[in-house]
Amino acid sequence: MEGWSNERAAEVFPMVLDGFWVVLQVTAVAATIAVLVGLAVAITEQVSSPWVRRPLSGVMQFIRNTPLLVQLLLVWAATSYYINPDWSAFIVGSAVLGVHYSSYTSESFRAGIEAIPQGQWEASTALSLPAHRTWFAVILPQMMRRSTAAVANWLIAMFKEVPALFAIGVLEMISQVDKYLGQTYSGAVEGYTIAGLLFLAASYPVAVAMRRLENRLAKSNF
Amino acid sequence: MPSPTSDEPIIRFDRVNKAFGDLKVLKGLSFDIDPGERVTLIGPSGSGKTTILRLLMTLEHVTPVKHPEENGGVIWVEGEPFSHMKKGSKLHVANERYLRQRRQKVGMVFQQFNLFPNMKVLRNVTEAQVHTLKRSKDEAEAKARDLLELVGLSDKIDGYPNQLSGGQQQRVAIARALAMDPDILLLDEVTSALDPELVADVLQVLRDIADTTSITMLIVTHEMSFAKDVSNRVMMFDQGVIVEEDTPERIFSDPQEVRTQDFLRAVLAE
Repeated sequence: MEGWSNERAAEVFPMVLDGFWVVLQVTAVAATIAVLVGLAVAITEQVSSPWVRRPLSGVMQFIRNTPLLVQLLLVWAATSYYINPDWSAFIVGSAVLGVHYSSYTSESFRAGIEAIPQGQWEASTALSLPAHRTWFAVILPQMMRRSTAAVANWLIAMFKEVPALFAIGVLEMISQVDKYLGQTYSGAVEGYTIAGLLFLAASYPVAVAMRRLENRLAKSNF
Repeated sequence: MPSPTSDEPIIRFDRVNKAFGDLKVLKGLSFDIDPGERVTLIGPSGSGKTTILRLLMTLEHVTPVKHPEENGGVIWVEGEPFSHMKKGSKLHVANERYLRQRRQKVGMVFQQFNLFPNMKVLRNVTEAQVHTLKRSKDEAEAKARDLLELVGLSDKIDGYPNQLSGGQQQRVAIARALAMDPDILLLDEVTSALDPELVADVLQVLRDIADTTSITMLIVTHEMSFAKDVSNRVMMFDQGVIVEEDTPERIFSDPQEVRTQDFLRAVLAE
């Protein structure tokens, strides 16, 4: 094991940075999926009959209770044959990551919906509001206030799990370090340190911003 | 086809049953209410008063009986079945679409106000006008401003509900219910959640509305002086049946039934 070398660090840095952009892209796509699917699942669980609700909850339970890495490799093995190989790892990886985390965000959204007093639903009925108005004008705005902090925490956790996509060959930071190692047989310490620092640099400000948002929501008018 | 006349009841409970699991709250309850009547329901908690209001608001549904054409178990409003719908000569339990259309004639003010906390006061009063009654935004706002003036809150229209006192919130809730032009207004313990010093303003607003409109009102309250001032009739409930009913003057000064006497003594001693 060699010690730290500034030279190697300078050499590996641009590659890790390339990987970092990929991490951000994966995060953006997966976060969108995690929020939209999570929200759709939470709403469906509220409005649908047990025949839909039970299997859906079962699927979510399954996703939540199996490792992300297994899901990635499984979906990758099952689909890579059919998708354009240049794009497939990125797409499959982002989708699996997003759906995996939707199983957590849906729980946070569900908790946010269930925390809304029954009286809000009753007032909506008493005023004969159409169902879509009840959801979009009454329930979801109040749910957002209650769920935002928890969902944001899931998304930060998800961001830190992007390196798992290394397993299916997405060129994120770990893959980039790996590539560098393959060429020079050195630079692991520098590469992984830089990767870790980039994660920290990205997630710390987000965590601080989230804490501020949480405080602001707590003080908001509803 | 029978045309609605003034002597037809606006609300008719015909042998209505309501059970929650094994608990029978209403057992074949029947009564009529005439248009414009103000009826106060009194009785111990669990006697079924609030259930009656919630059935009329369709927040609860009657427990169905077989052959409602003969056996009743049906609520009628304005001469038409309300808990049920006609299919030929048969009555079927009303579906959601039917209820959505029929309940528009009914408004309710809740104990806990239930204002929408994410909407400003003005939008609380316009939201359903625009999206349920399909009024234009201008029309809805003009109506909301008039009603908020009526309840003495013109200066609060741009505030959020949680910036208001409980009494103010309840007055917004009254304006919100009235904005829908209901024929029937249900008042469910509307002052029970208020600090004592805030009760008077809310009751005054309701007295004004009672004096200046012909809206039929069903009132569940423990404010006996308010019941005396506003209502034409008081119905005393116990265990899902009417124990006694009379004018407020008679029932408060000379109740005939022991259960009414006990109840009034307990309430007035509070």
